[in-house]
Amino acid sequence: MFSKEKTLGAMLGGIILMLAWYLLALLVDRPIIPNPIDVFIQIGEIFQVKMAVHVAYSLMRIVEGVAIAFLIGVPLGFMMGYFEKADRILAPLIYFSYPIPKIALLPIIMVLFGLGETSKIIMIVLIIVFQIIITARDAVKDIPAQTFYSLQSLGAGKLQIFTEIVAPAALPEVLTATRLALGTAISILFFTETFGTQYGMGFFIMDSWLRVNYLDMYAGIVVLSFIGFCLFVSIDYLERKICSWR
Amino acid sequence: MIKIEDLSVYYKWKDQEIMALDRLSIDIKSGEIYTFIGPSGCGKSTLLYVLSGIKKEYEGRVSINGRDIDPKAQRIGLILQNYGLVPWKTVYQNAMLGRKIKKEPTVMDEYSRYIFQRLGIDDLLHRYPKELSGGQQQRVAIARAFLLKPDLLLMDEPFSALDAITREEIQELFLNIWKEHQVTTVFITHSVDEALYLGSNIVVLSPAPGRVLGNIKNPCFMMDNLRSRDEYQLMSNQLRNSIKH
Repeated sequence: MFSKEKTLGAMLGGIILMLAWYLLALLVDRPIIPNPIDVFIQIGEIFQVKMAVHVAYSLMRIVEGVAIAFLIGVPLGFMMGYFEKADRILAPLIYFSYPIPKIALLPIIMVLFGLGETSKIIMIVLIIVFQIIITARDAVKDIPAQTFYSLQSLGAGKLQIFTEIVAPAALPEVLTATRLALGTAISILFFTETFGTQYGMGFFIMDSWLRVNYLDMYAGIVVLSFIGFCLFVSIDYLERKICSWR
Repeated sequence: MIKIEDLSVYYKWKDQEIMALDRLSIDIKSGEIYTFIGPSGCGKSTLLYVLSGIKKEYEGRVSINGRDIDPKAQRIGLILQNYGLVPWKTVYQNAMLGRKIKKEPTVMDEYSRYIFQRLGIDDLLHRYPKELSGGQQQRVAIARAFLLKPDLLLMDEPFSALDAITREEIQELFLNIWKEHQVTTVFITHSVDEALYLGSNIVVLSPAPGRVLGNIKNPCFMMDNLRSRDEYQLMSNQLRNSIKH
């Protein structure tokens, strides 16, 4: 599915990144920047022993958060894009709540939903769902009117127009938005995992930092980045598979 | 027969009501091709949108074989200037879309195979529209319309985006297939040549708001070597004059 060039490019990027890191480590020559080889050896040593459980927690939260945001955002956005009335009612709400720094609502969410899983996932959903709603709505609105004409003249019902035109036309952009929202989701995840839990990569990284175990800390950062990369690539793959007509 | 009586259509534009069609009346006989010609913005496309059930707000009466327009009940084939193909479906899926919407089988049958061959797209069935030339895309749109076996064929400047050579080729191809089926057709064009070549009847519309200026039985219809004949030149001049007035 992926072209050779792209894979080669990604590998080259990785190598350059590692090289830069290595040089930086030599240059600074302090424990706060360990060299990448030591970090990768560390990952090999601690992954199964103490990191895997944190990976599992983080992965679960992020997949749940993104999936819920997708399941709420896409139907809502499609509805707003397709039905003028829904847009008129909901647009002002979205418009005003979009700029609120939702991360600042964390204390409220935590009081209402506790320190556990629920409030972490709610934070992720709350922050990325707006991007998905707005992209889904705009994607539907951008479908040229003429695309609908052929189906209307055939006497297609609302459901048929939806499955034949609205969904396939808007899906690629929605997937792109989800892919981009993933980066945001990982940042929020990290932030929410720094308190109220003993599991998750956020906890692992901060805990290692407090124990001045920089090798563990870097191992955590590398693994968290790798999780993000894998999710990113999976959505990219899905996008290509579903939208091969593009 | 399509009966149009006192059809007026208004468009809203910046809080203003703009009249697109002004009490247009005409009878369109079954089994004929009516080419509608007139200056740009005269409401030709609007007329088509009314007939295809896309535009539902209008004054006057429009009926197809004595019944109100209802795209669910009637079989209407619509062919647009931009082909109206959906980019995420293959040529085959696009061509079968009409049948799919009508909840009819979409498997390849003898008739569809014949139409694909006739239009020369039988080798392209698994391609996506973006991989086709404009002419090929329009062939797919024509295939879709004919596969539906429509009661009424509506065409909105379908060939005007094509280059001159491809256009004449497809005009001829269309006419040949049409002869075999004799579907009642409303064909919108701004080209005098096209109106003469394809129309058994030619309707001249006025500048906006559109009214019928003339409804002529085309003596040149289906003549051999039409474009080199005197009748063609004569009619062509006559038409050009009537559009100017």
